[in-house]
Amino acid sequence: MGAGRLYAAVAAGGFRRYATYRAATAAGVFANTVFGLILVHAYLALWDERPQLGGYEQAQAVTYVWLGQALLAAAAIGGGGFEDELMERIRTGDVAIDLYRPADLQLWWLAADLGRAAFQLLGRGVVPFACGALLFDVELPSRPGVWAAFLVAVVLGLVVSFGIRYLVALSAFWLLDGTGVVQMAWLAGFFCSGMLLPLNVFPGGLGEAVRALPWSSLLQGPADVLLGKADALPTFAFQAAWAVALLAAGRLVQSAATRRVVVQGG
Amino acid sequence: MGEGGVARGGPDDRGAAGRRVADGVRAYRMIAAMWIRSTMAYRVSFALTTFGNFAATALDFVAILLMFSRVDALGGYALPEVAFLYGLSSVSFGLADLAIGSMDRLGRRLRDGSLDTLLVRPAPVLAQVAADRFALRRLGRVTQGALVLAYALWTVDIDWTVPKLLLMPVVLVSGAGIFGAVFVAGAAFQFVAQDASEAQNAFTYGGTTLLQYPPTIFGKELVRGVTFVLPLAFVNWLPAAYLLDRPYPLGLPGWLAFTPPLVAVACGAGAGLAWRAGLRTYRSTGS
Repeated sequence: MGAGRLYAAVAAGGFRRYATYRAATAAGVFANTVFGLILVHAYLALWDERPQLGGYEQAQAVTYVWLGQALLAAAAIGGGGFEDELMERIRTGDVAIDLYRPADLQLWWLAADLGRAAFQLLGRGVVPFACGALLFDVELPSRPGVWAAFLVAVVLGLVVSFGIRYLVALSAFWLLDGTGVVQMAWLAGFFCSGMLLPLNVFPGGLGEAVRALPWSSLLQGPADVLLGKADALPTFAFQAAWAVALLAAGRLVQSAATRRVVVQGG
Repeated sequence: MGEGGVARGGPDDRGAAGRRVADGVRAYRMIAAMWIRSTMAYRVSFALTTFGNFAATALDFVAILLMFSRVDALGGYALPEVAFLYGLSSVSFGLADLAIGSMDRLGRRLRDGSLDTLLVRPAPVLAQVAADRFALRRLGRVTQGALVLAYALWTVDIDWTVPKLLLMPVVLVSGAGIFGAVFVAGAAFQFVAQDASEAQNAFTYGGTTLLQYPPTIFGKELVRGVTFVLPLAFVNWLPAAYLLDRPYPLGLPGWLAFTPPLVAVACGAGAGLAWRAGLRTYRSTGS
């Protein structure tokens, strides 16, 4: 009970911290809206040539674009989560202080990152999505149950995203400079989450491969639940399996890494 | 163009202006050379980040290739033609990004007060900000754009004439000038909104992404906006319409394909004025 309150407070702190950057949030909303606008036109041209591409109607493809822009910052697909800070703390050795805290390192950062994501979803996601829905034909479900399922899929996607980035951040224990890993993770995330193009538009075997990878939980999964292209329960199961696997891997790496800290003497 | 913090009035004769430009270029060269030396101290890291820069920008083109794996044309343009637009836009943008892409760090300098250090140095502020953290790894983007452009020139069906050949380098340099002006204007905007570098990204990165697609896929309003308000269409859409013998966007007259240098100069002048105005409003945080 006490622990639950602690992590709730950490999450609230993450939320409040990002809420203070008002100008940055407004600028981000503007950037997301502009990129969404460009992408929508490209998609419309694509679906003009090939109606029903990837099993989507044109309006569904447009909805997909705005979902991507809405989830981009929240799921940190383009970077910008907690990982830079954790890596810096690992590099400087400050992480030793974190390990002394009577809180679990992984859960601490998960709570903080979920707080951040919640703010990004509201602060940077809702407005571009609303702009897109006003300016273009979109297809949105009317049943509240679908929206609820979509939200569950989004939250699971956020946990998967955290699981990936936690592993990326822990690599700093072994590498002096984590910039390269962060950049590669960012590229993989962008490509494999469906941010570039819906994964069901990817040709053949490439499409099957990217759909099986964890990144498909970030955008493709939630989008397909909202658009009625995937059943909720199998999607949840897929996302939860990846979340558990990645968090467990994070635990393992963390314990290996913290032993290393002791050896180094902090 | 920037004039060292203290706004001086008085006569502004040509000799003084010329000297300031020369000072600026010299300061820019020195600071950029310093940053190159410092990055070259870690050669492996430099190679990796340059490759990363190359790969990150290549993703845009991979997206276009994926689209063309499912269709034969986009807005009536085939892959070689889209690659041509992409190459022109990417090389121009890459050159501007290489030269002054670090200008979006100005917001951070405004917040932490470190702009003050630049103001007291005896060199134009604009040159110092432009050369700040000069990143040679951005050659990765230029290289990627150049490769796509080479592929496009290899495959695209252009009826080459002397004016067309002469126009090519002019278009690339003018495009870099137009994007450079957008970078400077964006930095000037940060004097007003210090925390808003992402708004600048919408025009710089967003601009180059927009130009990578044919004008035919966008709404008339949007095309009008990037022709008459923020004249990005002069980077590639208009000259490419001439080079590819395509109808001009908005039915504009053909000679406009030869005006990118004029547009670049006009944009540069406008951005320079905006920069001056921005710098005048600067009040130090005192930290």
